[in-house]
Amino acid sequence: MSLISLAGVGRSFDTVAGRVVALAGVDLEVDAGDLAVLLGPSGSGKTTLLNLIGALDQPTEGRIEVGGRDLTTASRRELFAYRRETVSFVFQTFNLFPGLTALENVRFGADVAGRPDAAEEAHAMLERVGLADRASHFPAQLSGGEQQRVAIARALATGNRVVLADEPTGELDYRTGIGILELLAEQSADGRRAVLIVTHNREIARMADRVVELQGGRVVRDGAPDGGAVPVASLRW
Amino acid sequence: MFIALRDLRFARGRFALMGAVVALVALLMVLLTGLATGLADDNVSAIADLPATHLAFSAESGVKFNQSTVTADQWQALRSVPGVADAAPVGNSLFNGHVYADHAQADKARTEVLANGKATSADTAGAPAVDLALFGVEPGSFVAPVQTAGERLAAGSDGVVVSDDLARKKGVKVGDVLVLDRVGLELPVVGITRKANFGHVPVVFAPLQVWQKATFGSTRAVATFVAVRADDAFVPATADQAQRLTTVTRTAAFDGSPGYKEETGTLVMIEGFLYVIAGMLVAAFFTVWTIQRTAEIGLLKALGARTGYVVRDAIGQAAIVLVGATALGLGLGLGLGAAMPGNAPFALKPVPVLGAGALLVVMGLLGSAVSIRRIAKIDPLIALTGGNAGAR
Repeated sequence: MSLISLAGVGRSFDTVAGRVVALAGVDLEVDAGDLAVLLGPSGSGKTTLLNLIGALDQPTEGRIEVGGRDLTTASRRELFAYRRETVSFVFQTFNLFPGLTALENVRFGADVAGRPDAAEEAHAMLERVGLADRASHFPAQLSGGEQQRVAIARALATGNRVVLADEPTGELDYRTGIGILELLAEQSADGRRAVLIVTHNREIARMADRVVELQGGRVVRDGAPDGGAVPVASLRW
Repeated sequence: MFIALRDLRFARGRFALMGAVVALVALLMVLLTGLATGLADDNVSAIADLPATHLAFSAESGVKFNQSTVTADQWQALRSVPGVADAAPVGNSLFNGHVYADHAQADKARTEVLANGKATSADTAGAPAVDLALFGVEPGSFVAPVQTAGERLAAGSDGVVVSDDLARKKGVKVGDVLVLDRVGLELPVVGITRKANFGHVPVVFAPLQVWQKATFGSTRAVATFVAVRADDAFVPATADQAQRLTTVTRTAAFDGSPGYKEETGTLVMIEGFLYVIAGMLVAAFFTVWTIQRTAEIGLLKALGARTGYVVRDAIGQAAIVLVGATALGLGLGLGLGAAMPGNAPFALKPVPVLGAGALLVVMGLLGSAVSIRRIAKIDPLIALTGGNAGAR
C-alpha cells in the first residue's frame, strides 16, 4: 500500500463571488522513497493539495490516507498527532521561531514529535545541514539560505516519514536554492521517506523521480520528467 | 514552557515593560493595604485586641459606640447566660486633655478648668495637649489592660494606664498627670500598655468608676457596652431579647466605631478598582501579545503542538511575569513601608500583603485567560497563510 494515497480529492471554497473550486478529482499515490514535485502555475491548487496532505486543511470531497491513517475521518486530536508523528513541513518563508536559536528551533521539532533523544538529534541534524557552528544564532542573525537549512533540519529531526516542502527555494538565490534542493533530494534516497516539493519552476521539476502537474485544480500530468531525472547540480534557472 | 521561557528571554524588553507596570500596581497595592490596615488599626485596635468574642450594645443604639449605654443589671444578667464564660462592662468616651509632669501644675490646671472650662495661666495652658479615648474597665476583669511598664489598674484609684502610642508620640510617662478638659479630672499615669487606639486617638484605660465620673460627673452604674467571652453554646439572640441588647461579634462591632465603615469602604473600593484595572491591563497586554504571535501559534499547531500545550505555554508565561513582577512590587512596597514615618497610619501585616499579591496574580491570570479563547481559535492554515487560505 502506498505511503500517501488520495482518491477523488476535491477542495472548494465559498466566497462572496461564488464557489471557487481549488482542487477537483485528484487521485494520487506516493510511495516511501519517492521524490515528487507538484508543479503548476499560481492558483493551480498545488499548495492546497500540500495543505490537505499535511492535514492543515480538509477536503470537501474524496479521501486521503497517509501511512494507513484516513485523514478525512480522523478526529482533531488524531490530526494533531498525525502532524506531530507523520508529516513535516518546510515553508517558503522558513517559519522559524524568532525567539529560539537555530539549535532550539530544530530541537523543538524533535521534542514535539516525541523524540526522546531530541537534543542529540537536533545537534546531529544541524551538523548534517552544515550549520553546527551557527547553533546559537537566532533566525534574524542567519541568511535566508541558512534559515531554510535550519527549517529542513527541524523537519528531518522529527524523523517523520513525509516531508512537504512548499516553494522551498522561492526566497533564495540560485546557488543557495541548489544547496537546499540537494538536501531535500537526499532525504528520499534511503527509501524510508517520501518528499513532496511544490514549485512553479519547471526546471526544478527535472530533479524529481515524478512530476505531478496541476492546472485549474486538476492533475493534467503524472509521471517521470521528460528525459528522466537529472542531478540537482545540473539545474539552471 | 519551551517556547514561553525562550520568548521571555528574546522579548525581554517588552516583558520587562509589562512587568514594571505590574510591579508598580503591586507596589500601589501594598501601600493601599498598609494604609487600610493602618487606618483600621488607628480606629479600632483597642476593640480588635479585646480578649472578647462578642460585644453587647444597648438595643436602641444601632450598635454605635457613641450611642450605647448598658446598665449593671444587663451585664450581670449576661454573666449567667448559657455559653458565656465571662462578661465585663466597658465605658468608652472621647476626651481632650493636657499632660503635666508636675503634680502642682496639674492641680493648678484642674482648678482653672473647673473655674473657666480650660487651663488659662501661662504655665498650665502650654502643657502638651492630647486627644484620647477614655476606656473604663473593672480592674482585674478580663478586659483590663496588661501593662508593659508601671503598674496595673487598681480599684478605688484614679490611676490610668495609657496606650504605648501616647507614650511614643506625646512623651507621656509613668508619673505624669493627665488633666481632662471640661471636666477637670486629674488622672495620674500609673502604667503603659501596648498600642491601643480608638477613633484615631490613643486609648487611656481607667477604672470604670473613674470613666463614669469623667463622663457623667458621678458614678452611675452604667457602661458603653459589655465585652463577652463566650463559647459556641452562646445564643446572642436569646440574651438580646431578655436584656434588650444587641450582641454582635467583636469584628462586626468595628463598624460601630465613628467613621470606620466609611473609611474602610472607601479603601476597599479603591483596592477593588485597582484589582480590576490590573486584570484589564494584563488582559490587554497578553491579548496584544497573542495577536502578535498569531503566526507563531499557527506554526506551533501546524507542527502538531496541541492547543492545550500552547495554552499552558501562554499561561505559564503570564504566570512567570505576574509572580516575578508582583514579588518585586511587594518587596518595594515593604521597603517603602518600613521607611514610613512612625506617626503615619500605616501598618503592614503578612496576611493582607500576601493576600493582595495573590489576588493581583489571580486577577492577572484571569485577564490573560482572555487570550486563551483567541489561541484556541487560531487555525494553523490561516496563521501560516496570513489569512489567505484559498487556492494558490
